[in-house]
Amino acid sequence: MKILIVAEHDNKDLKPSTLSCITAAKQIDTNIELLILGFNCDAVIQNASKISGLKKIKFINNEDFKHQIAEDLTQPIMNIVKDAKYTHVMSPSGTFGKNLLPRISALLDVQQISDITQVIDHETFERPIYAGNAMLKVKSTDKIKVVTVRGTCFEQALLDGNVDVEEIKFTTNNSEKVKFLKHELSESDRPELTSAKIVISGGRGMQNGDNFKLLEGIADKLGAAVGASRAAVDAGFVPNDWQVGQTGKIVAPDLYIAVGISGAIQHIAGIKDSKFIVAINKDEEAPIFNFSDYGLVGDLFEVLPKLEEKL
Amino acid sequence: MKILVCVKRVIDYNVKIRVKSDKTGVEKDNVKMSMNPFDEIAVEEAVKMKENEIAKEIVVVSIGTEACKETIRSGLAMGADRGIHINSDEDLEPLNISKILMKIVENEKPDIVLMGKQAIDDDSNQTGQMLAALSGFSQATFASKVEKVDSFLNVTREIDGGLETLKLSLPCIITTDLRLNEPRYASLPNIMKARQKKIDSIDVSTLGLDLSPRLSVIEVNDPPERKAGIMVKDIDELMEKLTNEAKVI
Ligand SMILES: Cc1cc2nc3c(=O)[nH]c(=O)nc-3n(C[C@H](O)[C@H](O)[C@H](O)COP(=O)(O)OP(=O)(O)OC[C@H]3O[C@@H](n4cnc5c(N)ncnc54)[C@H](O)[C@@H]3O)c2cc1C
Ligand SMILES: Nc1ncnc2c1ncn2[C@@H]1O[C@H](COP(=O)(O)O)[C@@H](O)[C@H]1O
Repeated sequence: MKILIVAEHDNKDLKPSTLSCITAAKQIDTNIELLILGFNCDAVIQNASKISGLKKIKFINNEDFKHQIAEDLTQPIMNIVKDAKYTHVMSPSGTFGKNLLPRISALLDVQQISDITQVIDHETFERPIYAGNAMLKVKSTDKIKVVTVRGTCFEQALLDGNVDVEEIKFTTNNSEKVKFLKHELSESDRPELTSAKIVISGGRGMQNGDNFKLLEGIADKLGAAVGASRAAVDAGFVPNDWQVGQTGKIVAPDLYIAVGISGAIQHIAGIKDSKFIVAINKDEEAPIFNFSDYGLVGDLFEVLPKLEEKL
Repeated sequence: MKILVCVKRVIDYNVKIRVKSDKTGVEKDNVKMSMNPFDEIAVEEAVKMKENEIAKEIVVVSIGTEACKETIRSGLAMGADRGIHINSDEDLEPLNISKILMKIVENEKPDIVLMGKQAIDDDSNQTGQMLAALSGFSQATFASKVEKVDSFLNVTREIDGGLETLKLSLPCIITTDLRLNEPRYASLPNIMKARQKKIDSIDVSTLGLDLSPRLSVIEVNDPPERKAGIMVKDIDELMEKLTNEAKVI
């Protein structure tokens, strides 16, 4: 067997989800190669070369890969997969992998397996369906398995190795069909939602964006990431990439604190692998209390300042 | 301009899912079915484009059992012009759905294909990207804003770090995210009007495709259960539990 992992990165940092993907791959076979497609991404390559348990890193440096446009990444991956006879192609199941891997899968004429939570064997995987309300064990009969991996379900691979790096030449036929216009990325010094040890999220109960400062003060004391329910994002309180849930980010911190969130199944889908869940809600009937380890009935505007003071 | 909208019939998002006791799947008998919520957003976007005179014709397509016609009708009631139903009694995987849609695209030659980013039953999030790869159309997934500028579409995408805007040439495939719009409710007169609109039926076997499944279901299980814990009376007790019992702070 031979596994190719397509790295998720932003030309500066390798995303931690890539390290989790490598751990999932190791449960299939030890013959694992990492592919980095980027532009001036030396820091990423440097960092990746320390990953333990990788056989090789292949990279292509090309200006067309600067913004990771799916159209531009597809052909080089297809060339590499076909040349080197991989049995598995994998990537983390963030928006990067979701956007790209089904293209590879379709062109290879295989059925992708999305967002796996467990490796049973080299052809059998577990993945959630119906927003995690059912777990599907599925076996692939395809010659090449294309798989995306849910990062929170696998530990991150360690960085104590020394991996060979091979540069591959690729002259692009940059797709003129799609042009990158701009990024509006949210900047934050706080940890990333999907890898934070503690997450504190606010819902519609926060009433407005300003009130999220109540959560941010606590987050800073705890070194936590801040998240939100869909209702809070839709109401414009906070940016879209803070959304936690079925269609937002899946988190699995040691501690998740839900404030003013009712606990809809779509929200629960994104948090139920957390070790401990705390809910703060003024409605004692709120469904969130059925999923939380510690529940506190109270008005968040009274409770949060007290909590911050105690920390 | 012509827009093709792909809609899937799924278990309504409010239904509590039950895994069958023989572990072969989830209970679908006597369960409320609806249009996939992301596909409703896709229909709404298409109808808005028609209202803004960007699009001339909206065709809604659904693949599945006879009952999918009902789902197509809801799209017609929202403002689409006609429907195509591909009849199949099998549950088809995204790769096969994209191959069928490819046939429709070849016939209909749409300028824009609007789809949901994911079906809330299989949660695959694949079909749009697969169809884009097969057709060579330009692709923008997870769209939260679509604007026509000259002969291009500027599409803002919701990505992990925030937002990204791409300029797409046509024809293109766009998959919708939740914040693209709020789907309208069909009015009674429009529901009546939709009954007159045409739905073509095509049997999947006439398309000449090999649609054999690539995956086999081993079993479907309930997810690990999370038990309700305890209620604490105040912040002091919460702090005590988090520090001494859970040991997370
Ligand atoms: C296809 C689809 C996908 C979805 N995906 C997601 C997703 O990924 N993530 C997600 O979160 N949702 C998602 N949703 C939406 C979900 O169904 C709920 O609508 C949403 O989670 C509700 O957000 P909320 O709990 O903040 O708001 P509400 O349900 O309105 O709850 C607000 C809560 O705040 C409490 N509250 C109000 N004031 C106070 C106060 N002063 N002090 C304490 N408590 C207070 C109330 O008691 C209430 O429980 C999705 C829905 C659909 C249809
Ligand atoms: N049976 C189907 N009929 C029509 N459209 C479909 C069907 N299955 C999937 N789609 C489209 O593909 C999108 C993504 O589905 P999926 O890849 O299964 O998550 C859906 O939101 C629909 O727009």
